[in-house]
Amino acid sequence: MRYLPLTDGERMSMLADIGAAGIDDLFEDVPVAARFDGRFELTDHMGEMAVTEAFQGFAERNLSPARAPCFLGAGAYRHHVPASVDHLIQRGEFMTAYTPYQPEISQGTLQTLYEFQTQVALLTGMDVANASMYDGATACAEAVLMARRVTKRSGAILSGNLHPHYRDVALTTCRHLATVFDRADPAIPGPEAADNELADLAARIDDQTACVVVQNPDIFGRIRDLTDLAAACHASGALLVAVVTEVISLGALVSPGEMGADIVVAEGQSLGNGLSFGGPYLGLLATRSRFIRQMPGRLCGESHDVDGRRSYTLTLSAREQHIRREKATSNICTNSGLTALAFSIHLALLGEKGLRELALINHHRALTLAAKLDEIPGVEILTERYFNEFTVRLSQSAETVVDRLAENNILAGVPMSRLFPGNNDVEDLVLIAVTETVSERDIDRLATALGAQK
Amino acid sequence: MNGSQFSHQGLQFEESLLFELDRPDSCGVDFDGHADLGLAEDSLGNLYRRAPIALPGLSEPEVVRHYTRLSQKNYSIDSGLYPLGSCTMKHNPRLNEKLARLEGLGDLHPLQPVATVQGVLALYDDIGRWLQEICGMPAVALSPAAGAHGELCGMMCIRAAIDEKEGEDSSRRRVLVPESAHGTNPSTATICGFTVDPIPADAGGRIDMMAFKDKLGDGSDVAGIMITNPNTCGLFETDIAKIAELIHASGGYVYCDGANLNAIMGRVRPGDLGIDCMHINLHKTFSTPHGGGGPGAGPVVLSAALAPYAPLPWVVKTGDDKFDLIEHEPGGPAKPFGRLKGFHGQTGMFIRALAYMMSHGRDGLRQASGDAVLNANYVLAKLKDVMSPAFPEYCKHEALFDDSFLAGTGVSTMDFAKAMIDEGFHPMTVYFPLVVHGAMLIEPTETESKFALDEFIGAMRVLVERARTGPAEKFHQAPRLAPRRRIDETEAARNLRLRWLPEEPTRDAAD
Repeated sequence: MRYLPLTDGERMSMLADIGAAGIDDLFEDVPVAARFDGRFELTDHMGEMAVTEAFQGFAERNLSPARAPCFLGAGAYRHHVPASVDHLIQRGEFMTAYTPYQPEISQGTLQTLYEFQTQVALLTGMDVANASMYDGATACAEAVLMARRVTKRSGAILSGNLHPHYRDVALTTCRHLATVFDRADPAIPGPEAADNELADLAARIDDQTACVVVQNPDIFGRIRDLTDLAAACHASGALLVAVVTEVISLGALVSPGEMGADIVVAEGQSLGNGLSFGGPYLGLLATRSRFIRQMPGRLCGESHDVDGRRSYTLTLSAREQHIRREKATSNICTNSGLTALAFSIHLALLGEKGLRELALINHHRALTLAAKLDEIPGVEILTERYFNEFTVRLSQSAETVVDRLAENNILAGVPMSRLFPGNNDVEDLVLIAVTETVSERDIDRLATALGAQK
Repeated sequence: MNGSQFSHQGLQFEESLLFELDRPDSCGVDFDGHADLGLAEDSLGNLYRRAPIALPGLSEPEVVRHYTRLSQKNYSIDSGLYPLGSCTMKHNPRLNEKLARLEGLGDLHPLQPVATVQGVLALYDDIGRWLQEICGMPAVALSPAAGAHGELCGMMCIRAAIDEKEGEDSSRRRVLVPESAHGTNPSTATICGFTVDPIPADAGGRIDMMAFKDKLGDGSDVAGIMITNPNTCGLFETDIAKIAELIHASGGYVYCDGANLNAIMGRVRPGDLGIDCMHINLHKTFSTPHGGGGPGAGPVVLSAALAPYAPLPWVVKTGDDKFDLIEHEPGGPAKPFGRLKGFHGQTGMFIRALAYMMSHGRDGLRQASGDAVLNANYVLAKLKDVMSPAFPEYCKHEALFDDSFLAGTGVSTMDFAKAMIDEGFHPMTVYFPLVVHGAMLIEPTETESKFALDEFIGAMRVLVERARTGPAEKFHQAPRLAPRRRIDETEAARNLRLRWLPEEPTRDAAD
């Protein structure tokens, strides 16, 4: 077996040194009744070629977005990842290292985390960020718990335009921690619909509100100014939690920090990381300096070694479970080191200039597609102001149309019924995202295909 | 202070921060297509980000060199034996990386129509089947993103089962947790609204049955037990089936921390021990990369009693090689306790773990756990005359020592661990488990050769000899040869600097 270095001869000589007759002797403490000596209903070992063939078999039964124009978003976006990103994260020194608990021999991981924390703070417009979390949805749940600790209040108001997965993860994670959730209904955008959503959220705040959680751009793609909502939160001693599911938008939009958010959580997948059918992704969490001690997750800080050289180390671990056990701020043990590294390298390549340009290309292409779709009878663009994603009303079931287009190798968008099942108001809505990976030709194909739907 | 003030030494480079390498006009990416700034300013209006973000600009060669130099400051499995107990730092096969990046697998959007992702749903079904078979359990929840997340999943299932049976105001809220447990166990129990009641270990390093029965009492307020098997002392919990029986008889459930599955894979099925739920760290037992701290994956196998409460989403087989993805409350017997994660699960990790399992096959997996235990016992046998094993018997996948062999030397467990760095090794896990004084926990894993083990054993014996003969001062100064010597963690915590800032005042290094 190629991953097992010991030869039979070596096994025998090692067993002799141990004083055991065979490997089974080493399991003598396992009660006989607990031993399994049968054979699994599984296959025997395989070489690289046979394993590869099996996985190619899985792959061939899927429609790859590389083979079909892809307009899917809703919290996961197809962006181009520069070749050097994937090369660098596969360096064994990064990929096969453990959590940097021994800082003297982990300065590589630690310095990249410190740089990552700085990049996230800059992007979100906040003072500090942690070393990452599982994904955007779990980061959002942790933000609600963090707001509870900061304010010592139990209420959380969730915007109805928050990604439903984020909403559900927050409800699940907090369900046994006496959190009182106030969930608004989704506010579907439209030319006639006045945008009262943020004012409605502000009106729900009371003296037990720990936080208001609002997504920007929201699940319908709409972008808003959160400044007034932030002020309303602060007037009542509550925190504003801003959720960003498309980080590329931060290259074009005023940051949540500038708008007064207290905690920003985001899904970082768009930078450096492939779609990978939903995971592993990358949770970002950033906040103001004064809330640092209530932050969940790992933190990397600057220090010096005994020779006075600038050095990095994990810090404030007294908040964490391995020290605090049942009194920890969170049960989270790990971060998302390698996906955070991919994010950081991609952002290092882009820099200020590249990120801004990438964001504008995304926005520009979305405007181009929207203009084309707007000319099609029976297709109505509902989102007035958006970044790279908007909601469209069709004249029939969106799911039916999306499925039909998929048969013709076009991944047309996310039918909103998939995210809001049972809500009749969204049956004919589809959420369409456009990134730099979508070409002019792809845009034409989608417009033509939608125009042909009866 | 700028890192570059110190000069390079040999091939060890002092690398500045990205932000110190910034030249605002530089960019490491070229775009196909262009952006119209005027158009964006019109359409985004007051929401257009005008203020600088202040991200640094670098070209591609500079970025590649920056990260290459940084990588060289890390220890890794690729470069050497990584004896961290309870972490299972085994070889990460590169085939797994290649397969996770296949077109049609690595690039699938999670919300594509189900008809266009039948292959990856089949893969979910397959890895679920492998995990269930290996564990002897009838169901699995794949979505948890890490071990601690899997713990949360398992304990949430237990909570849901109790609440359904006894109502939300049930008094069954006490969870028994051995003192040797990972810190995540008590922390997870708290998040699920349980109180934690610790059980001491007996003199042999296993759960003290008298104390357990005493804590269990009539069990009417006990939700269950969180048990690690093999435990963090590296020993099989011989009474586990009896413990499970008593817990079940009193109406509670058994959670097993599966962090140490690597020791028993193919030889003991947790399902045969009476376990109701167990998380599996794919990044330990099934070789997915630790990545410098994640991302991991923590699927949870479930007993028939807990299976109905598994969280959304899950994959069902609807026909001959046809699969569906259940993302919303389906009705019927399933009563999911909720959702733990955005989308469906750590797919990239499922691909890697399944590739590892298929490569080993049922025969290789059993050989792997056997070799893991053999390697740990070989280290134990070769060091027991100079170090002090915490327990006299064979260990499982990891060998535990206490610090009594260092008594009178002036060398602490931490000093000893740091001195290993100068010998070319990553330290073992230290001061854990808490039940052993000055604990040193060594888990070599099955992917180390005899040659590598002998080298490690030789280095350890030299260090023990040096600790005995002194001076201890040499240990206090270790490591001396690493990219950094001891780092001031107190300074890091007291004078918090968690990000680079442009106008940081110059500090005196001696400050």
